[in-house]
Amino acid sequence: MDVRAQVSMVFHLDKCIGCHTCSVSCKNVWTDRRGAEYMWWNNVESRPGTGYPTLWEDQEKYRGGWEKRGRGLELRLQGRAGSFANLFFNPYLPTLDDYYEPWTYRYADLFAAPPGDDQPTARPISQITGKPIDIEAGPNWDDDLGGSAIYAAGDPSLGKLSEEERSQIFALERIFCFYLPRICNHCLNPSCIASCPAGAIYKRGEDGIVLVSQEKCRAWRMCISGCPYKKVYYNWESGKSEKCILCYPRVETGQAPACFHSCVGRIRYQGVLLYDAGRIEEAANAPAERLVAAQREVILDPSEATVVAAARRSGVPDAMIDAARKSPVYRFVKEFRIALPLHPEFRTVPMLFYVPPLLPVVAFAENGRKRLAGDFFSSLESARVPVRYLASLLSAGNETVVTEVLTRIMAVRIHRKAKTVGEEVPGEAERALSRAGISSREAEEIYRLTSLPAYEDRFVIPPAARESAIESFEDPFAAKGETGIGFLRRRKGGKGR
Amino acid sequence: MTEFLFGSFPYAAVLLAVGAGVYRYFSDRFSYTSHSTQFLENRWLFWGSVPWHYGILIVLLAHILAALFPGAWGLLIGTPARLFIIEATGLALGLLALFGCALLLARRLLRPRLLAVTTAMDWIILLVLLLQVASGVTIAWKYRWGSAWYLHTAVPWLGSLVRLRPETAYVAALPAVVKFHLVNAFVLVALLPFTRLVHLFTIPVSYAWRPYLLFFWNRRGPHPAGDGK
Ligand code: SF4
Ligand code: SF4
Repeated sequence: MDVRAQVSMVFHLDKCIGCHTCSVSCKNVWTDRRGAEYMWWNNVESRPGTGYPTLWEDQEKYRGGWEKRGRGLELRLQGRAGSFANLFFNPYLPTLDDYYEPWTYRYADLFAAPPGDDQPTARPISQITGKPIDIEAGPNWDDDLGGSAIYAAGDPSLGKLSEEERSQIFALERIFCFYLPRICNHCLNPSCIASCPAGAIYKRGEDGIVLVSQEKCRAWRMCISGCPYKKVYYNWESGKSEKCILCYPRVETGQAPACFHSCVGRIRYQGVLLYDAGRIEEAANAPAERLVAAQREVILDPSEATVVAAARRSGVPDAMIDAARKSPVYRFVKEFRIALPLHPEFRTVPMLFYVPPLLPVVAFAENGRKRLAGDFFSSLESARVPVRYLASLLSAGNETVVTEVLTRIMAVRIHRKAKTVGEEVPGEAERALSRAGISSREAEEIYRLTSLPAYEDRFVIPPAARESAIESFEDPFAAKGETGIGFLRRRKGGKGR
Repeated sequence: MTEFLFGSFPYAAVLLAVGAGVYRYFSDRFSYTSHSTQFLENRWLFWGSVPWHYGILIVLLAHILAALFPGAWGLLIGTPARLFIIEATGLALGLLALFGCALLLARRLLRPRLLAVTTAMDWIILLVLLLQVASGVTIAWKYRWGSAWYLHTAVPWLGSLVRLRPETAYVAALPAVVKFHLVNAFVLVALLPFTRLVHLFTIPVSYAWRPYLLFFWNRRGPHPAGDGK
């Protein structure tokens, strides 16, 4: 067992209000500079929708992620030989027009305009050329289902639905909308790393954060196609690829990443997961319907003695193991089993997890009057967000997995309703819980962690302070000796602890 | 003049290239990039970059191989038929590169987005490259069988340069356009480390064998995935 630690996250989609505070705080901290204006390391998409960049999920177009070939996995983009042949021109690279041309306004015009009958206007100008432009698209052009006929209708995940289901979704009665915040998934089997010819992208062994070395990147731009989530961006000014760094300077000092910290809906949770690095390939290569299960198996139980011993052996610091034991992510993913990875069928084993939204069940019209569908469970098929849609988003099409999760969340809801306002039908709550296979104590815990978590429950970040943080990443004695001397480069092959 | 251009300038150019290249690599590695503009402009780039790279790389390789192994090259062009095929291929590839290079230049001029990211050095290097390819194609057309006479003029001259005893007599009597091609080649060498052309030295050969996943440890050094380290 080769145990490593991963800083991982959960997004509780039922709580996201689509306010974009996360995106804005990320932008203000990291990408508010020339060449990076169009980058949204964190973005929030309306679903159904085509997302950002447009149609990023369409791998026929962008060739991101892995696909099964023979008994193994190969990059969907190209083999190694193909990489060399395509160095001069990457046929699947998204271009600026798949995102949008960044712009600002010529505010000076407001002041410089001569007196006249009309209000002066500030013309939009391109942040690349500085010339006036007509704005044609932006990072959230289809926010809140704006322009759904074009955008939402093009959502690749709707492709799995029947024609009838699709037309029903867009009927006013049934229309649904939820938000999907996305950052880099800091995958276990990252195709961005695999597709980089220069070897500039790497995963940190200590915490699983995936980074692009700015010194090694040579702008071969294969990672941009290679990442199926389109979370590597090309800086057109510096000629380097950039991506979400999970705010490692913050995480290393015990602070939550900017997007997590600022989340208004408090939908985000962060904690440590221990995983078996020897089984990554097995998890990535599982048959589609077993992808979620296989990923759950790679994540190890931090309270098991054998796991802890193995973690110590491979040098995971005690602070990390400790954090893993208290990890809210572990609870959501493994104990409660209500958080799922986004598009596991891309086979990168993404390490961000989503609790699917539980929108109300559709109302039925009877003699011009509406009433809600009575029994939730027997009418999951008529849930407003079709199970099949969620399955194609969160479980590689396996509807059983999604149904299980929804049943569990709904049981918690019925259980809480019974506790606070009483039961409509006697025994309702108990039946719901037993159908979902959870005890009332578990239901209570899910409820607490969902609705009433304190900051410390949501963010269990291993090193709480800089002084002790150093222990999880470096040898404190070496750090002490080197601090202030300004060693920029370490001796090759230097050994820690 | 001949002494300077063919006797001293090549050394100056190579020294400058190596010195400045190494200095840049160690002091500003961040700037070592091909600085691709495909993200800003896709369509013209295809018709420019692909013919350019394939054309120039093969022709350049032929120049280098012939200079390194003149004997083998001499055998290769030994029969008229083979000589003809090689000459024709060379000319075709040269024209391909010329077309690509001209398009790359035009594209930067005509697309405002690209104009915004083009530096003075980009213009200079593109122009010098264009001149180099244009003079090369002219030579191939006007002074046929260069693949043969190259072996008795420029190659021994290059050899004398390597032996540190430059013999400019080998090239002194060549036509002006050939001389230009030779001098301009060393101008290119001199300019190399000051331009984005440095990406020539960063061709990612190790991608052919390195493991797909890369795990880096702060203290342990890099290890491929799943090796138990
Ligand atoms: S989501 Fe992040 S780690 Fe995964 S492939 Fe994309 S850039 Fe790489
Ligand atoms: S800040 Fe939180 S609630 Fe607001 S959009 Fe982002 S994830 Fe959703």
